[in-house]
Amino acid sequence: MNAILTAVIPVVIIGLICAVVLVTASILMAVKEDERIPKVRECLPGANCGACGYAGCDGYAKAIVEDNAAPNLCVPGAKATAEALGEVLGIEVEETEPKVAFVHCAGDCEHTEDIVEYEGVDSCKAAKLIFGSKGKCSYGCLGLGDCKNACPEEAIYIQNGVAKIGKQYCVGCGICVKTCPNKLISLIPNRDVRTVACSNQDKGAVTRKVCSAGCIACRKCVKACPNEAISIFNNHAVIDGDKCTGCGSCESECVVGGIQKN
Amino acid sequence: MTKLIIILLSAVFINNYVLSRFLGICPFLGVSKKLDSATGMSLAVIFVMMMATAVTWPIQMFLLNPNNLGYLQTIVFILVIAALVQLVEIVLKRYIPALHSSLGVYLPLITTNCAVLGVTILNIDEGYTFAEAMVNSLGSGLGFFLAMVMFSGVRSKIEGADIPKSFKGLPITLIAASITSLSFLGFGGVIENLFAK
Repeated sequence: MNAILTAVIPVVIIGLICAVVLVTASILMAVKEDERIPKVRECLPGANCGACGYAGCDGYAKAIVEDNAAPNLCVPGAKATAEALGEVLGIEVEETEPKVAFVHCAGDCEHTEDIVEYEGVDSCKAAKLIFGSKGKCSYGCLGLGDCKNACPEEAIYIQNGVAKIGKQYCVGCGICVKTCPNKLISLIPNRDVRTVACSNQDKGAVTRKVCSAGCIACRKCVKACPNEAISIFNNHAVIDGDKCTGCGSCESECVVGGIQKN
Repeated sequence: MTKLIIILLSAVFINNYVLSRFLGICPFLGVSKKLDSATGMSLAVIFVMMMATAVTWPIQMFLLNPNNLGYLQTIVFILVIAALVQLVEIVLKRYIPALHSSLGVYLPLITTNCAVLGVTILNIDEGYTFAEAMVNSLGSGLGFFLAMVMFSGVRSKIEGADIPKSFKGLPITLIAASITSLSFLGFGGVIENLFAK
């Protein structure tokens, strides 16, 4: 019995001393944290995706309260989160539109061909460094899945050599946008909009030779759009998602069938 | 003086805590992916190792040993180190917020790092004086830093290499770690013979 006590008592005493020191220290040296931070943090979805540009939801909550960061940056939480944040902070919040990623390339195995038989490292970045491109079109999707590997939601899959986004799983964090070495992916509004599935910057005739799904910048869609949402940029059509109402008048006009429904 | 230098150098190279003694493997594998997080972690480890030694050495010598309580070493050290790290965090947060944010999450993570506990216990086992113990913990921390920085370089190379599918991820990391640790065997005997007459 005594042997146990001689062991237990010193440990308990040391533990108590440590506890007292810690409690006193935490009271004496308490750093006043803005009480709104935990409230703001509660409104956020807690996905820690980093789409807002801060280190996780905690970092964003801190930035909102201390550095006056905009409360509408949360992509997964979208409108509901922004409104909840506005309520906590007592400010009006501009609406955010939920977004999804879209791969601006339709150059699958049926529309274009590979020019090299690539057997190197399984990464788009590596293939692009070595050959510039794997397929005929140097702007197109390499299909080796860098975006697929980067996606935290596993929303991306490779079909016929081109990356596709599983819209229902995409949270719009934009990590794939930064990953793609050909910058083929962008975030577009998650509603019924049209997008151009091509990013080729060559002149129409050159594009036509390398890919039968490539945009040749014929301007038919530009004329067809009633909302002036389409413009030609770097020899391919670009649709402004904010202006697009999803009427679909461009879709039927496109000669290569390169305009797709979101 | 020579003895202190020998202790310092052998703690860094020969008895490297990660690569020779195989302590602190968890942060070694977990935080070595990027150079900056590896550096942050290692700096925090150096700091905590020295603090822990400064506190636990007197406890052992003036509290446990005179009362024949040497067998309580492990549990008391764990208790004291955990409380100490927490205290350091509170103090840093209050007075040096810049350092606190740069050490970030690594400081509380180290609370349960076996390398820290290992240093404090080995200091006692080797029968070091206080100065020697402090030098040894500095060297151990530096050795940890060296291993982390080296290995984060190795891992960044692995990232771009074409590795067979079955070895991807943790297996190739462990293989790389074992080869890195083998290379440190080459330091065996070097330091002692440097100072031998």
